[in-house]
Amino acid sequence: MLLVIDYQMGNVGSILNMLKKIGCPARVSRDPQEIRQAEKLILPGVGAFDAGMRNLSDLGLIEVLNARVRQDRTPLLGICLGMQLFSRRSEEGVLPGLGWIEAETKAFSFAGTDQRLKIPHMGWNTVAIKPGEALFEPMPPDPRFYFVHSYHVVCAHAEHVAAVTHYGIDFCSALRCGNICGVQFHPEKSHKYGMQLLANFCRADG
Amino acid sequence: MLRTRCIPCLLLDGARLVKTVRFRQPTYVGDPINAVRIFNDKEVDEIAVLDITAHRRAEPQFELISQIASECFMPMCYGGGVRSIQQMQRLFQSGVEKVAVNTAAVADPALVTGAAERFGSQSIVVAVDVKKTWLGGYAVHTHGGRTRTQWDPVAYAREMEKRGAGEFFLNSMDRDGTGEGFDLELIRRVTQAVSIPVIACGGAGKIEDLAAAVKKGGASAVAAGSLFVFHGPHRAVLITYPERRTLEQQLD
Repeated sequence: MLLVIDYQMGNVGSILNMLKKIGCPARVSRDPQEIRQAEKLILPGVGAFDAGMRNLSDLGLIEVLNARVRQDRTPLLGICLGMQLFSRRSEEGVLPGLGWIEAETKAFSFAGTDQRLKIPHMGWNTVAIKPGEALFEPMPPDPRFYFVHSYHVVCAHAEHVAAVTHYGIDFCSALRCGNICGVQFHPEKSHKYGMQLLANFCRADG
Repeated sequence: MLRTRCIPCLLLDGARLVKTVRFRQPTYVGDPINAVRIFNDKEVDEIAVLDITAHRRAEPQFELISQIASECFMPMCYGGGVRSIQQMQRLFQSGVEKVAVNTAAVADPALVTGAAERFGSQSIVVAVDVKKTWLGGYAVHTHGGRTRTQWDPVAYAREMEKRGAGEFFLNSMDRDGTGEGFDLELIRRVTQAVSIPVIACGGAGKIEDLAAAVKKGGASAVAAGSLFVFHGPHRAVLITYPERRTLEQQLD
């Protein structure tokens, strides 16, 4: 069973609505016992980095998540803040991240450049996919997705970058490191490409 | 590149979808769930659902809003009768991405700050209804356009930005439902005064009007009602949305 982790960071309603629409049964839980039994995990999240880490810690989920993700290699999809929490640290906060991939989360900053871009990066933008990335099959070379964020993940290793988007700079809009996937955009609010991506994650062999 | 958003704006009158002209003459245009399903199929960028009769109730129509949100596979903004953080919390839980405050933001600007701190600025929209004054200026109106305030829209937009609003939904009462084109002067004044995104609404009669609001007015996004729910000179109800390529050519 696919499990969406509810750690009180933003609503999970939209994700469940879309999973239902595409016929992927899912449960929502913050119970470590249920997380232990899940076949796949989704870590969503809207809000601040430290608040997200604090909630995971307060709910006693960090240990079970480490075990499931690092030892059991359970397929995991992080969405927005969920993806950022995989990194080691964020410029948004002081708490360490989950540290599952060698990456840091940095703020968009256009000060000192001639670019007058608004922060947060909000709206529809195109995503340039790394050839062969299974999350995005089959899609045109530059599908559009809905973004809302002020921070972005910088991977230490280029091979972990699964897709790139341009907003002032090229940033990592999707990552993959073994069983760990993350997307900076919101597939649950991105129409057919969002549905395709979630369906790909749900239906891929463990 | 980031695309300019084009947002159908749907008005609720009870459980019915209506469209007004200059905030009057609500004409029935259909069932909201059905309309949202059609807009889904057309892959619209975002959708705004505003309840114009919410002031008659103590609370927003949570059940109906939740039903609408569950059909929205694009971002949805809800506005109408939102007065408290608790109401916002309930709306976000039901799958709404953004909440618009109008009358309550004028009456209690601290609500905007509190909401932005709690939910993040990106999810808090300040919606404002603006009408021309006899002297050629503009005045912010509340209570569905029935009450004139002392606020000039430019000063008000600056104040709301300072208070933490993430977006400013600028609605021209004079142009609402007329198809005469946007009030570009109003849009220009506001977009020059603030750095948060301004969504222009009121008056779009053709696609070129949307382009003018962006290119001449400086709007970050455009919203329209009649343009997407009526068709032809007799205003037959027909839900439409421009082709993606057309929008990209016109707006980006």
